[in-house]
Amino acid sequence: MRLLIVEDDEMLRDGLSVGLRLAGFTTDAVATCADADAALESGGFDGMVLDLMLPDGSGLDVLGRLRARGSRLPVLLLTARDRSPDRVTGLDAGADDYLGKPFDLPELAARLRAILRRGEGRAAGLMEWNGLSLDLSRMEGRIAGRELRFSRREFTILQALMERPGTILGKPALEERLYGWQEDVESNTVEVHVHNLRAKLGASFIETVRGVGYRLAGAP
Amino acid sequence: MISMRARLFLILLVATGALWLSAILWIQHSTRAEVERVLDARLSEAGRMVSSLISDHRVDVAQAAVMVQPEPFTEPADYVHQLSCQIWALDGTLVGQSGSAPEQPLTQGDAGFSQSIVDGVEWRVYSVVNEDLGVRVMIGDSMRVRDRLVNDVTAGLLLPAALIIPLLAGLIWIGVGRGLVPLDRMAQALAARPATDLSPLPDAPVPREIRPMTAALNGLFRRVSAAREHERSFTAFAAHELKTPLAGLKTQAQIAAMAPDEATRRTALARLERGVNRTDRMVRQLLDMATVEAEAESREHPPVSLAGVIAEVADDLAPLAQGRAQHIVQDAGAGCPLLTGNRFLVSAALRNLIENALQASPDGQEVRVSLRHEGAAWVCAVQDRGPGIAAADRARVTDRFYRGAGTQADGSGLGLAIVAAAMERIGGTLRLAPREGGGEMAELVLPDTAFRAA
Repeated sequence: MRLLIVEDDEMLRDGLSVGLRLAGFTTDAVATCADADAALESGGFDGMVLDLMLPDGSGLDVLGRLRARGSRLPVLLLTARDRSPDRVTGLDAGADDYLGKPFDLPELAARLRAILRRGEGRAAGLMEWNGLSLDLSRMEGRIAGRELRFSRREFTILQALMERPGTILGKPALEERLYGWQEDVESNTVEVHVHNLRAKLGASFIETVRGVGYRLAGAP
Repeated sequence: MISMRARLFLILLVATGALWLSAILWIQHSTRAEVERVLDARLSEAGRMVSSLISDHRVDVAQAAVMVQPEPFTEPADYVHQLSCQIWALDGTLVGQSGSAPEQPLTQGDAGFSQSIVDGVEWRVYSVVNEDLGVRVMIGDSMRVRDRLVNDVTAGLLLPAALIIPLLAGLIWIGVGRGLVPLDRMAQALAARPATDLSPLPDAPVPREIRPMTAALNGLFRRVSAAREHERSFTAFAAHELKTPLAGLKTQAQIAAMAPDEATRRTALARLERGVNRTDRMVRQLLDMATVEAEAESREHPPVSLAGVIAEVADDLAPLAQGRAQHIVQDAGAGCPLLTGNRFLVSAALRNLIENALQASPDGQEVRVSLRHEGAAWVCAVQDRGPGIAAADRARVTDRFYRGAGTQADGSGLGLAIVAAAMERIGGTLRLAPREGGGEMAELVLPDTAFRAA
């Protein structure tokens, strides 16, 4: 899951990037409305964490422009102004959730997972396919009574495939999910992670569609 | 403080009473003068008439004295028996007298008008000396009659006054009450207001006398409301500005706790420490801001050397500078003045300027603090080699919590606001200009009134 973080305070921005990455998200962070608009235009995000008071304007304006373009991107507002009228304004402006500063990282991650899965039309915190159940909050899987642990990137690829079973995901799409802007894309990581996943889940769990990409086996 | 109604009532009543009283005194005085004039004229007329009657020798004075039995003297009960007449021979024997005259001579005085007391009765007497007959004619008028005349006139004035003044008092009391109704109405409207209602008073027509008061009250409401709004926005900003670094601290602490590897943990802890320093500065600046705004400039302060204040602030900030291999160069110049203005305001302003300069300067660079005399002011300049203030931000850098889009994230946006507020208090100004050769030059222009010659 790739998130755009919009926060002007450097330490908090960094904390959000690192903390949410530890929670299994891929993150990109910007500090101004203008940068946020540009990043959203370029696309590729699954959700956004948005601060309200930015040096060049209000986060609500960014949100307004985003919704005006018809985007359904899940957005969580993060702000120090968390009195009830502020929450109402934020939610009515099109935000999906609202968290006041200071906050708990695990709660922020959980709220993000909640609005992201709602965006995908799922209510449960578990994803299931072919006997594998994936616990998104703990980044763990369970298959035939066996507990499976994944690295962050393995988990990201597996989650991306399970979000839309049957859809073939190309290497660039998976790389986008794996890396933020700051990270250099290594040439064959996707192949390495898929290899590792097959070792844990069984060789036939992920299918290679030659020249196109990967999908979960047994999909319609 | 007595009520306005009672006060007005008393003033009006006393004024009316005093006016009435002085009118009575005046009338009494003029009546007395008139009575004296008229009755004196009558006295002298009567005196001359008697004198001419006996000069004719048609009336035998000696005969008359035998014939007329003197009646005992009685107090004139009314205005009858007003005049008494005596005719004395010049050798001192009584030749004749009228019925109402006393036994003793009416006067011992010379010819003309005189006043005397005979048998306890005061007389106004006119005497004529008739040398041919060798007699003196005395016509006397009891003063009591005159007093009674004047007193009757005065009483005629006092009686209606005694009746009318209570009536008038009642009318004044009611009238004043009616006159003050608009004031009562305003008081009621104000009393019924909740503390939060600072809207102007209703625009209903009010008397001219009350208009300045409503205008003043509305002005006060406007100022209080503006001050409150200012306070509210400051609190909201302060809350935001404090909560954000706190959120950053908490996040970094949680990352340190959950970090899977040593490097992540160590980075988080380092950031945590930096964040604590920054938050500490922010809290200090918020307190500075509050103190600067509350600080009054009117007090006399013990004089201190301005160079000393600069050195002290530079000393305080030395650890900050050393951390990044920077140094603060002080160039206080000759003839350094003694600061008598508020030292706290000057050092708070300086501290924030030097701190900003250190933060903006690259590692290893120096920050120069210099002092020079310029016209009627002393100018303290703080110069750095940082990126300078972006042109777009110049107009707003002294706004509270304003952080230019181009500045580094470490500032609170309060530093220059504190400097500007401190300068405003002390009557000085803050000048910001790009420094020649790159960087920023911030100057405190301190008025001569803040100094005493060294």
